Amino acid sequence: MASNTTVDGALAAAPTTTRSITTADAKREFSIAAPRGRAMRWFSSIVLVVIGIVFLLPLVWLVLASLDASASLSVKWPEAPSFDNFLTVLTPETSLIPLTNSFILSAGCAVVTVFAAILAAYPLSRYSMRINKPFLYGVLFGTCLPITAMMVPVYALFVAFNLIDNMTGTILFLAATSLPMAIWMMKNFMDSVPISLEEAAWTDGASAMRTLRAIVVPLMRPGIAVVFIFVFIQTWGNFFIPFVLLLSPEKLPAAVSIFSFFGQYGSVAYGQLAAFSLLYSVPVLALYVLVTRLGGGSFALAGAVKG
Amino acid sequence: MTTTAPTALGAPSAPRAGRPVQRKRRPGRTILRSAPLLPAIVLLGVFLLGPVISSLYGSLTDSSLSGASASNAEFVGLENYTSLFADPDFPKSVLLTLVFLVASALIGQNVLGLGLAVLMQSSHKPVRVIVSTIVVTAWVLPEIVASFAAYAFFNDGGTLNTMLTGLGIPGVNWLYVFPMLCVILANIWRGTAFSMLVYTAALNDVPPEITEAAEVDGARGWQRFTLVTVPMIRRSISTNLMLTTLQTLSVFALIFVMTGGGPGTDSTTLPLLAYQEAFRFGELGFGTAIATILLLVGAVFGVLYIRALKPEVD
Repeated sequence: MASNTTVDGALAAAPTTTRSITTADAKREFSIAAPRGRAMRWFSSIVLVVIGIVFLLPLVWLVLASLDASASLSVKWPEAPSFDNFLTVLTPETSLIPLTNSFILSAGCAVVTVFAAILAAYPLSRYSMRINKPFLYGVLFGTCLPITAMMVPVYALFVAFNLIDNMTGTILFLAATSLPMAIWMMKNFMDSVPISLEEAAWTDGASAMRTLRAIVVPLMRPGIAVVFIFVFIQTWGNFFIPFVLLLSPEKLPAAVSIFSFFGQYGSVAYGQLAAFSLLYSVPVLALYVLVTRLGGGSFALAGAVKG
Repeated sequence: MTTTAPTALGAPSAPRAGRPVQRKRRPGRTILRSAPLLPAIVLLGVFLLGPVISSLYGSLTDSSLSGASASNAEFVGLENYTSLFADPDFPKSVLLTLVFLVASALIGQNVLGLGLAVLMQSSHKPVRVIVSTIVVTAWVLPEIVASFAAYAFFNDGGTLNTMLTGLGIPGVNWLYVFPMLCVILANIWRGTAFSMLVYTAALNDVPPEITEAAEVDGARGWQRFTLVTVPMIRRSISTNLMLTTLQTLSVFALIFVMTGGGPGTDSTTLPLLAYQEAFRFGELGFGTAIATILLLVGAVFGVLYIRALKPEVD
């Protein structure tokens, strides 16, 4: 079960849902016994296959075009499949510097976010203070803000503080946008770490911060990894924020430079555009598979957004 | 448990063993204990709350990117809002945003997501695994890449028209003739995975005994679904409706890449209008007014969402 991709694997990871999987299996056997159930299964599978093919078509173009030196916008089998498009775009100016920038932005944002989220989650999870409830409501509310809508005032603010085209400023803003979700996820992970070990440490005179560093953080490493990857994936894919806040070509992340590449050569070099897009997407897809293995998976990502 | 999804995050509402007993409050200790919240509070305050407040204020000034009002913006009251409502582009943009929200999020993603989740329950396992992987891939891809893929699909010389020609049907320039239809379908393609995952989890939490009992009582398939299953997962449905609405409200790159808001303003939803007014025409105050309206709409949904999740915080 765990080797399955996406939904099944993710469900198996959540202990509370394992029960419902076994009962769901039992239900399936029950319906196989009835002829109407078997017809229903074939019907469902055929409809799913049709939907799957429709969903697959735009993705197939991406892969086939990247292997085709004379790619068009339509799905067609490359006459002479080659990796020429990849070799053409794998130059420092075209893809390597933008990908490095994407990495700096995403990793920087993920580090800042995870650090602030762990610190904030600890008092929220361990003490009952008067500030907890308003803070958590504020955080939940923050997850609902349409960030796209905020970019105009954010731009004005960045101009006022002279932070336009500043990587650090952009990283801090990206961190602030992912922080509400990260705090919420981190608090939930921390809630599931038993408190008894910490109580022992407190009795021995360890401070709260020391307990956090020496006991809680090591115990919730998989959870921290899930939050880190989650923030990393989100930032890696973000187009609008760096598009508005960064200007110089040597600072632009891949998301934005792919867009300018499209504007400059897009109408002639679809193959290269597809190749660049794939190079840029592979890390995200790999991290997604990794987060599924870590026990979070698509389910946790969806769950994260759900609160 | 409000929804089924948070279970994966370690059951947030589960009672925690041994929360420290609240002793007599000492103000010093509370400050010390809440100190770790500080980095988060500073980040959120400066970079989220700051822009929201400056958005409210900025929308009341005539600030612009160039010219005299760039350096010293003047307070103009509600002028931006009155000219906004007088501008024919704005009501059209509101309408397009509503169409986009209802068609792609409320109907498209939710119905298709629920449909997929139901079909997956009764389909063969290999089919289920492969199809869900495909659907989720479209969701995990970076938005700019997904936008290019959708652009290529609907383009005049794209996959859709090639297939239609193959079937002997003359194609049209979809992005130009039906821009809204294209971006709606593209957003459904990209966003359905989220609803599918939420509903798959919700359906797995419906005890099979209940549907079986309904079956024994003679309820047919469709009746079982509408009278038993849907009421059982109604909380997941309402939360999911809200979240997909919020996500769709801030869709920018998809429309920006596929149609650029055009032809003319025929697919200019509010985020694109705010962007164009502020950055292309330099009307920062005008763009900020649109942004403020969007923020308020988001805030309303946010409050509804928090009310739905209230038991989890308490």
